[in-house]
Amino acid sequence: MPITAQARAGESRRSPAGPAAVEVIGVAVTYRPRGRDPVAALRDMTLRVSPGEVVGVVGPSGCGKSTLLELVCGLRRPDEGRSEAEPAALMPQRDLLLPWLSALDNAALAPSLHGMGKEAAREQARPLFSRFGLAGFEDARPAELSGGMRQRVAFLRTLLAGKPLLALDEPFAGLDALTRREMQDWLTEALAIEPRTVVLVTHDVEEAVILCDRVIVMGPRPGRAVAELGVAASRPRRRDDATLVLLREQAASALGLAG
Amino acid sequence: MIAAAVLLALLGGWELYSDLGGVDPLILPAPHEIAFSLWNDSGVLWANFTVTAREVLLGLLVAVAIGLTLAVLIHFSRFARRGLYPLLVGSQAVPIVIVAPLLVTWLGIGIVPKLLIVGLVCFFPVVVPTLDALRRVDPDLLKLLRTLGASRRQTFLRVEAPSALPALISGARISVATTVIGAVLAEQGSATEGTGGLGHLIVYANAQLDTAQAYAAVVILIALALVMFALLNLTQRRLAPWTRPAREELIA
Repeated sequence: MPITAQARAGESRRSPAGPAAVEVIGVAVTYRPRGRDPVAALRDMTLRVSPGEVVGVVGPSGCGKSTLLELVCGLRRPDEGRSEAEPAALMPQRDLLLPWLSALDNAALAPSLHGMGKEAAREQARPLFSRFGLAGFEDARPAELSGGMRQRVAFLRTLLAGKPLLALDEPFAGLDALTRREMQDWLTEALAIEPRTVVLVTHDVEEAVILCDRVIVMGPRPGRAVAELGVAASRPRRRDDATLVLLREQAASALGLAG
Repeated sequence: MIAAAVLLALLGGWELYSDLGGVDPLILPAPHEIAFSLWNDSGVLWANFTVTAREVLLGLLVAVAIGLTLAVLIHFSRFARRGLYPLLVGSQAVPIVIVAPLLVTWLGIGIVPKLLIVGLVCFFPVVVPTLDALRRVDPDLLKLLRTLGASRRQTFLRVEAPSALPALISGARISVATTVIGAVLAEQGSATEGTGGLGHLIVYANAQLDTAQAYAAVVILIALALVMFALLNLTQRRLAPWTRPAREELIA
């Protein structure tokens, strides 16, 4: 597992401080745009994630899901409450690959930032390309890749950051339905090969249920957890599995969608 | 091709206008007279062309250097953004001809004050797009880089600077025509030893009532601007190949 070994000192997979990988407790975040009324993004939001767990967060648009990920990634401090997490790497909805770098160099961005030579960084990324269905695309520019391929490269870039925690912000929302399904299966396999603690934010209930061990349902703004569903089904999961279909309906009704 | 046809039509009209005695040839020479001058005075024109071309090329580099420095400064410093940027906009209203004698007094004759004049005339179209591009880097991308452990310096060198490069080259392209005018202004506004460049030649030729030669110098200035523009297009393709080439290349 070359990737896990690369986690820097002090970023061990299990935080020595406690058993939780993410502890967001009773958090409130309020945006105060100049000249406009303040907007409460989160209020009394709590999220606990154990190491190795894959947790989905679903909720309506504007419920503060992305704010939650910013807290988890340490990009923002809560106005109230406590937010602690292991070092996390963010994967945004848009791939945000750098157009002037090859796919390989994009994936190897994090190692190359950490004082490693260009070639050494590439050598870290190269084996992942063949293992994750990207063989032959190493030298392609992002513009030459399909949407699904670009998300794969973006995911590898997140993985190669060597952080124990991955914060995925609607990673497949921009893809067409068919590619999205393909990518969900791909991500399941990828996490089987390179297990990580994952917080996956999505508005797609099915995606959360297929991919995650546990699903947190958030209510509308100001966002907070309104329901929690454990997904016990073993992997690989079938979309038509009766348990999953039931969970999907439960999550949807918790979201207030007609079942 | 269409440009060539339009040009021919314009030249034809001009020739006709002149030949029919519509205008004093001392004010506007006919195209064929300009062509004769280009041929007959080619030695003088070439000597002055090399002087001006050097000023234009180096002056553009000075303009890019000034523009890039200011853009980076304003990007990084709130103080510069608040205090300097409005002044820069105001400075563009200052006719450089006014300050040319001052620069000559400070820096003496020779190429240095001329390059500075060209730089001052032309840096502004470089600053604005470069600064905009630096500030327009996707905030999500900046967040992502922070979680990947990039320092502020790395973020600038690896992401912001390459993002702004196409804008920098675009700015330089907009500057090109002004650069030529800037060089002419510099030559006309400052004393010179020896061959003074095409701008100098224009003043001299006009004083000698050799309007055809002055216009011949203008033709060469136009050609110079076009060549520089094409060179910058080439530069863009070499340095920033990820920017899609314009759907129809304007020149070259």
